Amino acid sequence: MQADDRTGPPEGGLPGRLLKAPENFIDAAGVRTVFAEAKQGRRDFIRRAFASAVGAGAAGGAVVAQAQSNPVPTEGGDPNILELPEHSRNLGQGVASEGYGKPSKYESNVQRRPSPGLTQTTQSSVSFAPLQSLFGIVTPSGLHFERHHQGWWDVDPSKHRLMVNGSDEKMVKTPKVFTLDEIMRLPAVSRFHFIECGANSGMEWGNVAVPTVQYSHGMLSCSEFTGVPLKIVLDLCGVDYKRGRYVLAEGADGSSMTRTIPMEMIESGEVLLAYGQNGEMLRPENGYPLRLVVPGVQGVSWVKYLRRIEVGDAPYAAKDEAVHYIDLMPGGLHRQYTSIQECKSVVTTPSGGQVLLDKGFYNISGLAWSGRGRVAKVDVSVDGGRNWRPARIEGPVQTKALTRFNIDWVWDGRPAIIQSRATDETGYVQPSYKQLRAVRGKRSIYHNNAIQSWLVQESGEVKNVQLS
Amino acid sequence: MFSSREWTGLRSAALALAGLTLGAAVWAQAIPKEGGAALAGIGRPATAKEIAAWDIDVRPDFKGLPKGSGSVAQGMDVWEGKCAQCHGIFGESNEVFSPLVGGTTADDVKTGKVARLLDEAYPGRTTLMKVASISTLWDYIHRAMPWNAPKSLKVDEVYAVTAYLLNMGGVLPDNFVLSDRTMAEAQARLPNRNGMTLDHGMWPGKSLKTGGKPELRPDVKAVACMKDCEAEPKVGSFLPDFARNAHGNLAEQNRIVGAQHGVDTTRPAGAAPAPVVAAAPAAKAVEAGGSAAVMPLLQKNACMACHGVDNKIVGPAYRDVAKKYSGRADAVAYLTGKIKAGGSGVWGAVPMPAQALPEADARLIAQWLADGAKK
Repeated sequence: MQADDRTGPPEGGLPGRLLKAPENFIDAAGVRTVFAEAKQGRRDFIRRAFASAVGAGAAGGAVVAQAQSNPVPTEGGDPNILELPEHSRNLGQGVASEGYGKPSKYESNVQRRPSPGLTQTTQSSVSFAPLQSLFGIVTPSGLHFERHHQGWWDVDPSKHRLMVNGSDEKMVKTPKVFTLDEIMRLPAVSRFHFIECGANSGMEWGNVAVPTVQYSHGMLSCSEFTGVPLKIVLDLCGVDYKRGRYVLAEGADGSSMTRTIPMEMIESGEVLLAYGQNGEMLRPENGYPLRLVVPGVQGVSWVKYLRRIEVGDAPYAAKDEAVHYIDLMPGGLHRQYTSIQECKSVVTTPSGGQVLLDKGFYNISGLAWSGRGRVAKVDVSVDGGRNWRPARIEGPVQTKALTRFNIDWVWDGRPAIIQSRATDETGYVQPSYKQLRAVRGKRSIYHNNAIQSWLVQESGEVKNVQLS
Repeated sequence: MFSSREWTGLRSAALALAGLTLGAAVWAQAIPKEGGAALAGIGRPATAKEIAAWDIDVRPDFKGLPKGSGSVAQGMDVWEGKCAQCHGIFGESNEVFSPLVGGTTADDVKTGKVARLLDEAYPGRTTLMKVASISTLWDYIHRAMPWNAPKSLKVDEVYAVTAYLLNMGGVLPDNFVLSDRTMAEAQARLPNRNGMTLDHGMWPGKSLKTGGKPELRPDVKAVACMKDCEAEPKVGSFLPDFARNAHGNLAEQNRIVGAQHGVDTTRPAGAAPAPVVAAAPAAKAVEAGGSAAVMPLLQKNACMACHGVDNKIVGPAYRDVAKKYSGRADAVAYLTGKIKAGGSGVWGAVPMPAQALPEADARLIAQWLADGAKK
């Protein structure tokens, strides 16, 4: 569906077919006029706007009051321009009136949210990042998704300790204890990585269960993490790398979360003891003051409030490796130690629960990522997967980090099904639900990386759908 | 074609190792090369006592398992005192947490594979239907249970309650004593002990199944077709209309400006949305007003583990408590006493344990309840 395919502006009105702008300042015909005028170019737009102002409804009375994004002048002009607002006529606020600045009060809709009915307690629960409202690849730390197993804590960093020891006495030459002062003294690296819960999109394995991208894909965030490669700390303790092929990471909170990490990943230098996140310290909800960063691996392995690393010669079958985070296959067996988050993408705007205000141009935007490396390519379809166009990738493309993509689209007002499909540098292609279910059935809960479909209805309302 | 990250990596690698050839793989996860002697003095040896205090993990081969024992009968006492509130008297759960017991048969104990896992219609999967390693149960109960007082169980209590859990599931007989010596015997009876597979390409190290020879590949193989790919797409699943507002008003979950806005889900599909004021209402602050002093107390004393302000969890909602005693003149004194002493029967059979918090704090909470439990 190329840009040229668009049907022309208002064919015969069809009043009420499009939803009004939420502000209700302008009717559907008015919105169409605004978009049409804008399309014809600025000079034309100004001329006609002027004409409408003096000529009393030259455009058939369609031009009224102001549209939400581009006010149509009446009475000689937009009152937002003609009547200077407070902030243009008065003294503003002083520096440091907020010692730690907050988002605009007009952004208060942008919140991380729990999914109603998903969990019965708030301490063993999850809140989802509002992907539909985010730009670029960085998740603001206060909007980072949360998953706690036994509630979160604000741990005093001066009292926090990291211990490194072995599963037997010969595994680590000198088991050691480190303070935060010491960890922060070690050689530091800063890297962007995504973190995705293994159960992200898990509610949708069998059928559509949630309305928006926040709930379907919001257990996903991306930050710049700063810390020290775990390898450096293990070297300091003298690890027997020949025998010690596994590492157990353990948290200091109530659940003392444990997960097994392969030593190969640590030897590659990518596993970090992280204290920094997006230029500041980790947020308490994300493990302040120390968490493990395990790029490309599901979030449960990124142990928060990290207190201990044990080097061992066998995997540990921790609760979240033996009761949860195991994938039920059609033959009744569970796959154990499935950890890699495979290549996946999702269109974040337009997406479920949103409404397009009119036909015409839209920037389809979304996120792609792979636990196996870099995103190589993202294709977008607006016809439910029959035809695809490659999207523009916003660089720099980083390994095991979110990658933003954009693509132009002109909506002709007819129903459309928007999808995105990512391919990573290993050549792995994100599957459709049909392809994924053919291999893994519908009951896995974890590691759902299927292509997401958003149905744009004639009303402009976007719905979460799955194709049969 | 280098990203800025690559340049950063290259630069640090080059600084650390003058003369290094800039191989493509080097930058990616470059480990700063300062090490060895330069880092001497950072970190100190852990003492044996410290290691003993923290190194509590138990592996499937029972490495880390402390000596001790507990019987099924002893486990029943621990269970009913500390576990049943959340997990149900019979491990069937009480609608709060997933059931631990159920769905396994005597035949499964023989085969080591839970037959019910083949039944797509079976509603849920209990812990005993899934777990293949008894060490997992022991380790997790020891480190994380009870939920609001983790690490408070003694080693013998952990053995006992693990034995009782498995007894409820028909895995261990009534007279069984679980100990470091009988763990292997119990392991050999776990209903799903043969139910795991390592045959997948999603472990980020050398394959646990093949040892890396060969490395296992991804199981789902799609192709990036670009033109005339699928038959006419048919919508197979979507949310029913009655669920339209189940996640709250989506208009309030989207920014107030943008190429597309949130749908007003308080109104039927296709209806005109309600006029929205410029600043949409902020999400309700969880802690505000009269509760400012009380909320931290409720959190600190783990009250919120069992009570919600508006919702019943294990115990009644605070609002319901407030309502029930709203007409009572001695409500503050009565509720203070109830908080301190615990009780059962007023709101159902599940008992509330006595709470060890200062009298003044209990009174503050009681006062807040008597005032209507306002958020």
